[in-house]
Amino acid sequence: MKYVDEYRDADLGRALSGEILSLVEPGRHYKFMEVCGGHTHSIYKYGVDDLLPANVELVHGPGCPVCVIPMGRVDDGIALAHEEGVIFTCFGDMMRVPGSEGSLLEANAAGADIRMVYSPLDALRIAKQNPDREVVFFAIGFETTAPSTALTLKRARAEGVPNFSVMCSHVTIVPPLRALLESPDLRLDGFVGPGHVSTVVGARPFEFIPADYGKPIVVAGFEPLDILHAITMILRQLNEGRCEVENQYSRVVPYEGNQRALEVMAEVFELRPHFEWRGLGFISHSGLKLSEAYADLDAEKRFSVPGVRVADPKACQCGEVLKGVIKPWECKVFGTACTPERPIGTCMVSSEGACAAYYNYGRFAREREVV
Amino acid sequence: MADQAAVSDREQKILGIIETARGKRAKFRDTKINMSHGAGGKATQSLIEGVLVPAFGGETLTEMGDAGAVMIEGVELAMTTDSYVVKPLTFPGGSIGELAVNGTCNDLAVSGARPVALTLSLVLEEGLDSDTLRHEVEAIARTAREAGVEIVAGDTKVVERGHCDGMYICTTGVGHRDPRARLSPSALKPGDKILLSGSIGEHGTAIMLARNLFDLDASIESDTRCLWPAVDALLEAVGPDLRCLRDATRGGVASVLNELARASSVAMLVREGAVPVEPAVAGASEILGIDPMYVANEGKFVAFVAPEAADEALETLRKVDGCEDAAEIGEVRTEPPGMVLVETSFGGRRVMDQLVGDPLPRIC
Repeated sequence: MKYVDEYRDADLGRALSGEILSLVEPGRHYKFMEVCGGHTHSIYKYGVDDLLPANVELVHGPGCPVCVIPMGRVDDGIALAHEEGVIFTCFGDMMRVPGSEGSLLEANAAGADIRMVYSPLDALRIAKQNPDREVVFFAIGFETTAPSTALTLKRARAEGVPNFSVMCSHVTIVPPLRALLESPDLRLDGFVGPGHVSTVVGARPFEFIPADYGKPIVVAGFEPLDILHAITMILRQLNEGRCEVENQYSRVVPYEGNQRALEVMAEVFELRPHFEWRGLGFISHSGLKLSEAYADLDAEKRFSVPGVRVADPKACQCGEVLKGVIKPWECKVFGTACTPERPIGTCMVSSEGACAAYYNYGRFAREREVV
Repeated sequence: MADQAAVSDREQKILGIIETARGKRAKFRDTKINMSHGAGGKATQSLIEGVLVPAFGGETLTEMGDAGAVMIEGVELAMTTDSYVVKPLTFPGGSIGELAVNGTCNDLAVSGARPVALTLSLVLEEGLDSDTLRHEVEAIARTAREAGVEIVAGDTKVVERGHCDGMYICTTGVGHRDPRARLSPSALKPGDKILLSGSIGEHGTAIMLARNLFDLDASIESDTRCLWPAVDALLEAVGPDLRCLRDATRGGVASVLNELARASSVAMLVREGAVPVEPAVAGASEILGIDPMYVANEGKFVAFVAPEAADEALETLRKVDGCEDAAEIGEVRTEPPGMVLVETSFGGRRVMDQLVGDPLPRIC
């Protein structure tokens, strides 16, 4: 595949791997967090770990939009899906996320009409095709997916589709990163910055990471060469005593972000005072809801949702995994009570979740040279 | 450093516990059937191993081949049955009628049996167009003729509108066990080569695109075809060196490899770069976030061949119609038993696990 294979070239990968080896200080242990679930997925899918020296450790961050949705929110979604006449639409990854009493997939088996979509526009199309039904879109994701929800809402308004509404669970990337960096048990040497989010917000919002917390961050693409390249860039910063935001993914990410996308978001959404994150608890100004101007398209206002807060299961250590404090396998229930087919925590649900990725791909990617 | 060694020991121990748990027969603990029980992955396995096999138990069924062996007065037969519920009924490259014949014939073929006869059950929905029915009946007749099998008995039922998607078909097949075949799912030995009879992922991708769920357009056709000619050629060329065959239908090649790795208690190593995938399929999979290794095929098998016969088997296979792209994709290993590992084209390694759920698309 043109423009894809180039970024998966094994020879170039080996060359970068050699460069990383020459950049690391023997005897020093490096811990880098890849913020985005997409990176975690790529790392395992291509076996990027195998090309790193043993003293470079990648910690999986909180950037999987499915994994951070708390149980109470899933319950709310299921309650909406069971409303008379409702077609409930969501992204496929969301279907297996456990609520307190089952997942959307199980709710579908129990009679709710839940349909998987690839884009919010698909949900709007379903609404137009079924004028006698109420169609709700369960909107999740960081600033990556929020603009497409915003555009869909604008279109719904423009075309006057009365039976369409959105249950907004969009989140923003900076507040959870700040929360992580404030955590006293965090030990990181640098960040592989989220690529897709940055196509919208740009690289500038991450300047607080080097400025306030003294950690380098390199915004990176999702192909295996991108990730290795970003790691060489972080190592160079460390070796040269620099600490700044760098943009490895400049072929897609403008430093200032995508102004039009940001404008649309500002029109349609406003910040919630606080939003609950799976494993991380409530974080101020980290979630989005529909603005007053779009309140009539807000599913949470159109229908009544229980809105009950459900505590994370006790045994689940998703929070520590998300903070990079423990590795997935260090969780008490990893792989025994919590497996991809019966997930307890959301890190095990999406293929981008740190636990699922480790369970599926990571277990044998450990034969590495010792430096 | 001592700390790190202890940590690594603990990781190994935990991974060991997981491996043991994976090797055990799957339990069925769901309260309701959901769509993943039909996807051919772990949930399907839990249904079969947790409910069906314990209930019916016989030796033949426990082997869980694609067809069961029946001995009648010295004549060895193979029997199998399959239901077809595909939506939409017709799709690029074929239709439900062709699948219903080829699918059942293929289960016989990969069991080393020449397909001889089929029975045919039609479940029709009230309101189905007669033309649609005629089209499928003709497809069944034509495909059966091409495969050299006779339809010897049948049944028709009609259900109320809304109770089946136009039509469901069930076929049962009988085949004659070929004396040249010594196939068994537990016969794999370390060193055996893994061959694939052609490029993968076409059927599943064609169906997905035909459903028009995504605004994607590509000229991908289902690969539905009868596999007996290819099996026949392989048996003729390498006979007893052919250890096992599986057609890679639901759950794709990944599921077949996992099933057999468990059944033979061996490991498998697959070289990702050697697996043939059509560019259009690779492109669609990339966009939809699906791995073609898990996508259904309707005309491809995986063959395990003794190492000394692998080259001849591959050469033979490539001369058969529809198998021109056959490839050697990996080999059987000893450790870790029950696991399938992939050497990625990028140079890393990972586990290729059984399918969990339906192939759910990723969102970002």
